[in-house]
Amino acid sequence: MTGAPLPEPAVSPTATEAGVSSTARPPRPRWRQTLGLLARNPTAAVAATVLLLIVLVAVFDEAIAPTGPNEIAVQDRLQPPSLAHPFGTDDLGRDILSRVVLGAAVSLRVGFLAVAFALVVGALIGLLAGYYGRWVDDVLMRLMDILFAFPAVLLAIAVLAVRGPGAGNTALAIGIVYIPVFARVTRASVLGVREEVYVRASRSVGASDLRLLTRHVLPNAAPPIIVQTSISLAFAVLAEAALSFLGLGTQPPNPSWGLMLAEGRGFIDLAWWLAFFPGMAIFLTVLCFNLLGDGLRDVLDPRQRTLMAGSGR
Amino acid sequence: MGVSVIVFGLVQLVPGDPIRLALGTRFDQETYDALLARSGLDQPLVTQYFGWAGRALTGDLGVSFRSGETVTSLIAERLPATLTLAFASILVALLIAVPLGTLSALRPRSVVDRVATVLSQIGISVPEFWMAIVLILVFAGTLGWLPSGGYVPLTEDPGGWAQRLLMPAVVTGVVSGSVITRFVRSSVLEALGADHVRTAQAKGLPARQVFTWHVLRNALLPLVTVTGVQLAYLLSGVVVVEIVFSWPGLGQLALQAVQARDYPVLQGAILLFAVVFLLINLVVDLLYTAIDPRIRR
Repeated sequence: MTGAPLPEPAVSPTATEAGVSSTARPPRPRWRQTLGLLARNPTAAVAATVLLLIVLVAVFDEAIAPTGPNEIAVQDRLQPPSLAHPFGTDDLGRDILSRVVLGAAVSLRVGFLAVAFALVVGALIGLLAGYYGRWVDDVLMRLMDILFAFPAVLLAIAVLAVRGPGAGNTALAIGIVYIPVFARVTRASVLGVREEVYVRASRSVGASDLRLLTRHVLPNAAPPIIVQTSISLAFAVLAEAALSFLGLGTQPPNPSWGLMLAEGRGFIDLAWWLAFFPGMAIFLTVLCFNLLGDGLRDVLDPRQRTLMAGSGR
Repeated sequence: MGVSVIVFGLVQLVPGDPIRLALGTRFDQETYDALLARSGLDQPLVTQYFGWAGRALTGDLGVSFRSGETVTSLIAERLPATLTLAFASILVALLIAVPLGTLSALRPRSVVDRVATVLSQIGISVPEFWMAIVLILVFAGTLGWLPSGGYVPLTEDPGGWAQRLLMPAVVTGVVSGSVITRFVRSSVLEALGADHVRTAQAKGLPARQVFTWHVLRNALLPLVTVTGVQLAYLLSGVVVVEIVFSWPGLGQLALQAVQARDYPVLQGAILLFAVVFLLINLVVDLLYTAIDPRIRR
């Protein structure tokens, strides 16, 4: 099915002698070039590095955390930050640094799962709507409009009310909220690519819809979707924190940044560090995803610029 | 229509028996059956839906399972607080966004621009409930200047009303303002680069006149859109901020309804938000035609 290379120059009558072989093929995203450009954007490079560190911390959480998440030491409760407990301890004497480190895994897992779900479902809907047009487009996009008409946080709360609280359901709830965003971005991008010469050419030599979609349309429509993924990760982490803060997301005693903030809120007059450090962790992660998204946009999709900025909030 | 089906269907999926919850632990089968029949929950779902949708059209959203009050009156009770906070926030947001976005567009890559970009990026990324907690700690705790939360109607105590409104409005306003700043910057930049602006400059119009008549007016369209979106978001109840500041708005009502499995209240609240969202989109479209005669065709 993947087949031998087609004699593509033959279907590209406008191409002149010299550029034939290079112009007839769709330009592929060049990962090295993208990374190189990204590295030259200092803000994005720093953001990517910090994110990498956060992800590493989340992956090796148990090895890094000085103590377990739920080791209670009542004699050490509400200790201010010190050498032994750099971020202090909470009302049960649990080490905040350890809980922030272990909370990274929880928050990021929910964030990645949610965005992965929204990305797969949303991109598929957008791809079909944009590629087939007509009634497929109408039906799918009207559905997306309806979903989009619900306020994000409330829709997530309603989904959690139906499914019950917990990390998996939180990811699902946030994922559902972001499906329309991905569907719209993908559809718009596909519409721009669909009538390109290389797609028409490939169709005219008898390529199947599946081959067209996977080989030509999707790769070339990808940049805005990639940018949207980074920005959505920022909002997914934020949403997970908000839902856990409301008591609907991650359940105690598991450490989640939003939940720790909610628990620390009651002690804010006595011990600021309970709420401060988890809040900083959320802020730093979200900021880095946003900055990386901006950097990726400048590199991959300069036309869009700030048009989509903050659209999820 | 589609919205109403989803609202209804979604809420039906909520597990738990609301009548059991309303009655508490001690009740007999007779009371249970009577209440079940009265609330119509023993009817088939389709009948329930059409009954509910029909009444909703006439403004009757049913009766709260929990308190026995009508949903309409519960919502009406919360509406002033939500409207107050939403409009105060959008005011704060525009006061931040319009000057900041315009300044950074007029001097791209200058110090002002860079500072504005960083600030708006921070504003978008900061969890609003965290900012709320920090503000409470500083202004209500350490400094003791402002009350930490609550709401009093304007007519009863204007001073207390303003004091209690300030912190929540700033928190939500900063977040929305950060989003709007970026739109203002890019739309002013785009308007500045347009041909007609170059023409206006070339024919010697004073810079101020070029700016107000040729740049600002064109930059207004995206601003109206994004302000509309943000207003819809704010009106839908910034649930988390309302909780932190004990602000008795619609978001708080919806969250309580979820916790109490109070279907009618939840249905009513979500339906209202969706309708508000659609209405704001309509108003934005109408404003478009008012601002930009080209759209009238």
